[in-house]
Amino acid sequence: MHLLENRGFVHPRASEITPRNAYLRRRELLARFATGAAGVALAGWAGRDAWAQTARANKLAALPGARSPIPGAVTMEKPTAYADVTGYNNFYEFGTDKDDPAKNAHTLKTRPWTIAVEGEVKKPKVFDIEELLKLSPMEERIYRMRCVEGWSMVIPWVGYSLSELIKRVEPTGNAKYVEFLTLADPKTMPFVGSRVLDWPYAEGLRLDEAMHPLALLTFGLYGEVLPNQNGAPVRMVLPWKYGFKSAKSIVKIRFVEKEPGTAWNKAARNEYGFYSNVNPSVDHPRWSQATERRIGEDGIFAKKRPTLMFNGYEAQVGQLYAGMDLKKFY
Amino acid sequence: MSTSVRVDEFSPNGAGTSRRKPLLRPLAKPVLFIACLLPFAWLLYGAISSAYGVNTLGANPAETLIRATGDWTLRFLCITLAVTPVRQWFKQPALARFRRMLGLFTFFYGCVHFLCYSWLDMGLVFDDIVRDIAKRPFILVGTTALLTMTPLALTSFNRAIKALGAARWLALHRAVYAVALLAILHFFWMRAAKHNFAEVAVYAAVIGLLLGWRVWTRPQPSAQRTVSSSSTP
Repeated sequence: MHLLENRGFVHPRASEITPRNAYLRRRELLARFATGAAGVALAGWAGRDAWAQTARANKLAALPGARSPIPGAVTMEKPTAYADVTGYNNFYEFGTDKDDPAKNAHTLKTRPWTIAVEGEVKKPKVFDIEELLKLSPMEERIYRMRCVEGWSMVIPWVGYSLSELIKRVEPTGNAKYVEFLTLADPKTMPFVGSRVLDWPYAEGLRLDEAMHPLALLTFGLYGEVLPNQNGAPVRMVLPWKYGFKSAKSIVKIRFVEKEPGTAWNKAARNEYGFYSNVNPSVDHPRWSQATERRIGEDGIFAKKRPTLMFNGYEAQVGQLYAGMDLKKFY
Repeated sequence: MSTSVRVDEFSPNGAGTSRRKPLLRPLAKPVLFIACLLPFAWLLYGAISSAYGVNTLGANPAETLIRATGDWTLRFLCITLAVTPVRQWFKQPALARFRRMLGLFTFFYGCVHFLCYSWLDMGLVFDDIVRDIAKRPFILVGTTALLTMTPLALTSFNRAIKALGAARWLALHRAVYAVALLAILHFFWMRAAKHNFAEVAVYAAVIGLLLGWRVWTRPQPSAQRTVSSSSTP
């Protein structure tokens, strides 16, 4: 009777065949094999998804971004530790030592905040920061960052291409360059007024550089809003140029016909050119740019790693400079 | 002039006072020696621990090591140059006992500074070091300061003083004033990139005071001539 009742549709349960603790252990083991294998092969990828949960040391407001589909926007390299990204900064408004910004930038008021977009555009406008945050979907971009001083980091930024903003204000035919002006508030920025640089800190790009999809209008890093010392609430990130080209805490974007003056170019014309593209074959007048030290990764006794042309973004941005003498336009 | 200049065992007021004066105790020198080594020990610990992934020297340990060893060279240089003025201002002749050790520690920290630079920054590649020294004026100035210090360190022992003769030895060791000026220029040039001269100004003021005091109190030209003519063999 028993055989007739069971026509292949009724199966014994796994739990009746194998003792419960044994099959649980077996599943655990399989899971461990699977994650172990994945962990070895895909540690980088796994880690990249994980930092939104793990690396939010300061518990700033979350600012998630979708993985960017733009070519070159997501490097596979290991991101620099959050503590180093936010504790080793050049932001002279808050002091010239690397740990000064982290110590002093707490005074910066990031709300209310506006960016005035003006000059050679059909639709000039003062954007409120809340409006900018919603202007275009946030993307996560993992960029190399090469400082002109010879060190580098890998930073997971959050933002969107500056071109999204530029398209909305419709530059006129006279707009050849874009100028970025940053906050210079002596009340909250203790070193504004020091003679290091002309304030406000000014930077600039050619319009085609500014339109390049890798030029990132940046609002966050490591899945959170920008810490003050990294240029909150909004800054530029230009991964193929030396770090100082990426203006922090921007309050004005101006479209102009003539090449705008930039802060470091005014301070030392022969040392910091308008373009300041990362270029291992054009040395800074006072030091070599052929190599760099990756913060937190290269051991102190390790040889410095070679610096790449356009910081490794030559495939993406090289055509912007086709035919230009990069020794002359440094 | 006496030919046996013994900088080491300087006993100003007779042996009887040494028991009560801490500067003349036999232990004073070893204690100072260990104190002078403390910054080095701390930086060495930092270097080793950061090589093993424990970060005690900040985000850029190489830069921290190069800068800290440079800072300590400059500090020891100031301390060394301060021995003679302080000895006279505070009437502590026994301080002279420590001048040689402090001078040698200046040279020691200068060597460690150069080693850190040539190792951590230049990867110990000889050609790169030479090219870098030629390329960067402030590195050239720093290297010149170290090279100028070298003969002073090499002639710091008593027999060298005796062999050279006191006058020539003193004349040679006046090169330390040039070292001080080169060192402050080296530091100034390094900081010039960021127009950040606050710290440079402090060291420049200290060195200016110590060298200025020497110019102020030097013997009158006529007296100097008689001294130098009498000491020429």
